[in-house]
Amino acid sequence: MASEKGVMLLDFWVSPFGQRARIALAEKGVEYEYKEENLRDKSELLLKSNPIHKKIPVLIHDGKPICESLIIVQYIDETWSDKAPLLPSDPYQRAQARFWADFVDKKVFECGGKLWKLKGEEQEAAKTEMIEILQILEAQLGDKKYFGGDIFGFVDVAFVPFTSWFYSYETCANFSVEEVAPKIVQWAKRCMERESVDKTLPDPKKVYEFVCYLKKRFGIE
Amino acid sequence: MVASAAVRLFGMWASPAVRRVEWALKLKGIEYEYIEEDLSNKSSSLLEFNPINKQVPVLVHNCNPIVESLVILEYIDETWKDNPILPVDPLERAKARFWATFVDVKCREESRKAFFMEGEEKEKAIENLQVQLKALDEELEGKKFFSGDHIGYTDLAVGWMTFWLGVAEEAAGFKANYDVKFPNFSRWIKDFLAEPVIKDNLPPREKTVEFFRAFKQLGSCTKVNQK
Repeated sequence: MASEKGVMLLDFWVSPFGQRARIALAEKGVEYEYKEENLRDKSELLLKSNPIHKKIPVLIHDGKPICESLIIVQYIDETWSDKAPLLPSDPYQRAQARFWADFVDKKVFECGGKLWKLKGEEQEAAKTEMIEILQILEAQLGDKKYFGGDIFGFVDVAFVPFTSWFYSYETCANFSVEEVAPKIVQWAKRCMERESVDKTLPDPKKVYEFVCYLKKRFGIE
Repeated sequence: MVASAAVRLFGMWASPAVRRVEWALKLKGIEYEYIEEDLSNKSSSLLEFNPINKQVPVLVHNCNPIVESLVILEYIDETWKDNPILPVDPLERAKARFWATFVDVKCREESRKAFFMEGEEKEKAIENLQVQLKALDEELEGKKFFSGDHIGYTDLAVGWMTFWLGVAEEAAGFKANYDVKFPNFSRWIKDFLAEPVIKDNLPPREKTVEFFRAFKQLGSCTKVNQK
């Protein structure tokens, strides 16, 4: 299809934010060129495409850059609207989806980072916070197949990349996601049955290796 | 016209996020019932409608609550289709959302630091804020408003800076100097504040300065600038 030409994604393999874009593109069947960035030596193209934040992911469509992962996912949904809608059509349901994607955005990554960066009491506090976040999300999921109901949707795309970090969170902070939020674990397994997710998410053990590398680099024991 | 009982807005008079929603409602000609919340003693309705964040604004439409002001703006635009505030083109929509998020996350963070902190940290925050204002200034080159000839989503999102940044400066004793350094941005502030929907819907300045002065003295990190 003509509109599929000229799609490029600037990304970094382990980034859950980049994975959101990859999953959305795969759900829509969009062909694109993937460019792995070295975040310690960012390319001219990245710096030119995202001068404000200088971060991945950046989607470049026919030469035009789109930045910020949830904005990219909405752009993908609106541009390739003929297939696999990620947002529902009802405005109130869309608002709910946006709220929960925003909730994931604000809470999961930052709290997750504290789990492997901190120790002692601070880590315990972060663990309590993460358990609360997971249980809130579990309550929102309820007995639905996906956060989007029967449809794998916006909130699923926003949250599922973090599931490959669960092993790292559990190992660093000594808790079990399955024990505190079993429905989330079951949901994650259902998502992994989708080719878009299965082909995109890294092995959790590889993510943990990366976390260990970061800990060493930042001198965290 | 929508019956007023069908649309309710829970707000707080000094909050820029609440005004942002009111501007959008007024631009669209939507009648609504406004409920003032005492954030030190939140109503059971607010807590029921927004149990996660317990913040204002909350828009309740036909008994359905919508929270987070930028989410509310998109909901308003999708529900009441006259006077659209977001563009139609997906790329333009992505740009509008980008600037809104930039201002809400990054500019607000630096403004908050400039407001609450002192000494070197304050100076650094002001410096960072000026870099951000420069980016906004460049984005306004050749445009009356961020959204073009008429105010739209991005203007409503950035709009808190036209009034509350000045309030923060006065209350906390700093100057970002945008009137000197950023001509496009300064011109946009004047044009934005001159729009009838905006100028007739701002809190009283002195009262707001006093409020923020007291807020700073509390030394609290509790957010008044709610989502």
